[in-house]
Amino acid sequence: MPSLTSDDVRSLQMADADERLSAFDRFAAAPLPTPQQEIWRYSRIGELQLDSYRYGTLSTTITGAESVLVDDATIDAESELDLFAELNRAFMAPIHIRVPRGNVLEQPIVITHTLRADGTACFPRLVIDAEADSEVTVIELFVSDESVTGIIMPVLQVRAQQAARVKYLSVNELGSKVWQIANQQAVGDRDSNTLLSTVALGGDYARVRTHARLVGQGGSTRQVALYFADGTQTHDFRTTQEHIAPKTTSDLLFKGAVNDQARSVYTGLIKIGPNARGAQAFQTNRNLTLSDGAWAESVPNLEIETNDVKCSHASTVGPIDEEQRFYLESRGIQPDIAERLVVLGFFDEVLGQLPVGSHAPELRERISAKLHQAVVPV
Amino acid sequence: MTTLSIANLHASVGGKRILNGIDLAVSSGQVHAVMGPNGAGKSTLSAVVMGQPGYTVIDGTVRLDDLDLLSMPTWQRAQAGLHLVMQYPTEVPGVAVADVLKEAFLARGRSTLDVEELMSKEAARINFGEQFLTRSVNVDLSGGEKKRNETLQLAILQPKIAILDELDSGLDIDALRDCSRRVEEATNEDGLGVLVITHYSRLLKELKPDVVHILVKGRIVETGGPELVEVLERDGYAAFERDQPEESSSTLDDLFGMPHNEN
Repeated sequence: MPSLTSDDVRSLQMADADERLSAFDRFAAAPLPTPQQEIWRYSRIGELQLDSYRYGTLSTTITGAESVLVDDATIDAESELDLFAELNRAFMAPIHIRVPRGNVLEQPIVITHTLRADGTACFPRLVIDAEADSEVTVIELFVSDESVTGIIMPVLQVRAQQAARVKYLSVNELGSKVWQIANQQAVGDRDSNTLLSTVALGGDYARVRTHARLVGQGGSTRQVALYFADGTQTHDFRTTQEHIAPKTTSDLLFKGAVNDQARSVYTGLIKIGPNARGAQAFQTNRNLTLSDGAWAESVPNLEIETNDVKCSHASTVGPIDEEQRFYLESRGIQPDIAERLVVLGFFDEVLGQLPVGSHAPELRERISAKLHQAVVPV
Repeated sequence: MTTLSIANLHASVGGKRILNGIDLAVSSGQVHAVMGPNGAGKSTLSAVVMGQPGYTVIDGTVRLDDLDLLSMPTWQRAQAGLHLVMQYPTEVPGVAVADVLKEAFLARGRSTLDVEELMSKEAARINFGEQFLTRSVNVDLSGGEKKRNETLQLAILQPKIAILDELDSGLDIDALRDCSRRVEEATNEDGLGVLVITHYSRLLKELKPDVVHILVKGRIVETGGPELVEVLERDGYAAFERDQPEESSSTLDDLFGMPHNEN
């Protein structure tokens, strides 16, 4: 007996119940994905027991958004990225931010989602509409206690209109028994500028799939991520940088570390359409394996349908640089602390690009604390 | 008074014997120079004494007073008072010099409150621009700036004995003067003992050695006063090399039945 049912959708009594029910039907009609599908390769989707969760909601607080919150969320008619986004469409609790033309929000909007109810499946959806020449920064935090179980299937939709500037950061500090399957879509219009950033420290299996599309000439996206898994955690990232319009730019820097028995997966696609002349696309994924039992996979892909483009991709997986460790130890620094310094240094490049302003040292401290608890003194 | 004593040190890298019995002792306040041609084993000597991975000690001892350094990990050797200035200082991206020094102080149980003040003071003493202090260690620094950075750390950490591995390589004359003067001052002010390893004599015009050792094919073939530097200036290494066996680990040793302790 599945615990997420169409009756659950009906009992929400939402105005868009019909659309929600058809999304649920699309979800129910399709089989769950398997690791045999390329986009789920190396994932832990085979372990998912969706029936073990019941519908629930997150405790959510929002600060700094008073003037721009709207409740007439229009959801893109275009298809959702995957079945879990369809499920989100059926059960979603939407937050819709619309920044009017020319408005600049000086302070970031901070949304904090806390998973409290044990065994629930939760479906937050954040829609950011940045109208022409507007500017906004949104930070979305996902947190839970260490003992809580559950699954979160968040969806993010960013629409940056002409010359809009959007900065988005999601921070995953979920407990190690929580699953996350997230879908993010961003569409950038002419001369718009979008930053999609992620910090992932928590979760049991935590996946983020991001599709950034540049549909207007001169638009640009930047995607950065910092992820650090230990214990038996798995962090899983799938990215697409899609260039549809000419002279568009995308840049991606994902840096991760895995310790203990943890795993991470990064697969990235740069897709340049036939009309994207003069496009520039860059993709870099670097991974540190901090223990023999840890494992990281990095798979870059290119799909280019026009000449006159500039593309590059680079990926590395490997342990800490021995020379860096030796250098620090030669200053009298103990091996575990030397290792912590090297890892923090490795992440520093990403930390510097996150839209966290004065909170960067706090974030650095949390990573340091996670390293501290993880590293066993030699 | 502290003494670094190296006795009968034999070491290999990747199965190849590089050091074939080194003996020397450096005490507080002294400057010893080890000079030698390329491939003599100069960098191997500094790496083995500091404990760099990848080198195998075959025989011999290295002691700092009564401490057996070879049985200690690198960080303990450093805490005991040994310091290495590397020929090619390693770049550590994302880690600021101040972070390294603070952790180094904490590791020694010292307060970190005065680290920044010490850094400013020492940077001024060696004409090291303040703007470099907040950068990642050795990243995007010129050769001269890297060596100034290394000298700054040496001055702040105040070790008992310092090994300077080719401090002069890639150094312009101003940086060479600034760095070597600071080291010289440390020998006078703090009683620092120095083992300076170099190929060329120009460093030794700034940093005056008390004792000069000539290293050829993994052995010290000559030890003398500063006058040895002038002999080298005039005749080069050729005179010293001619006297040495082709294969230092075989032939003559075998002929004369010298004992080899291969553990």
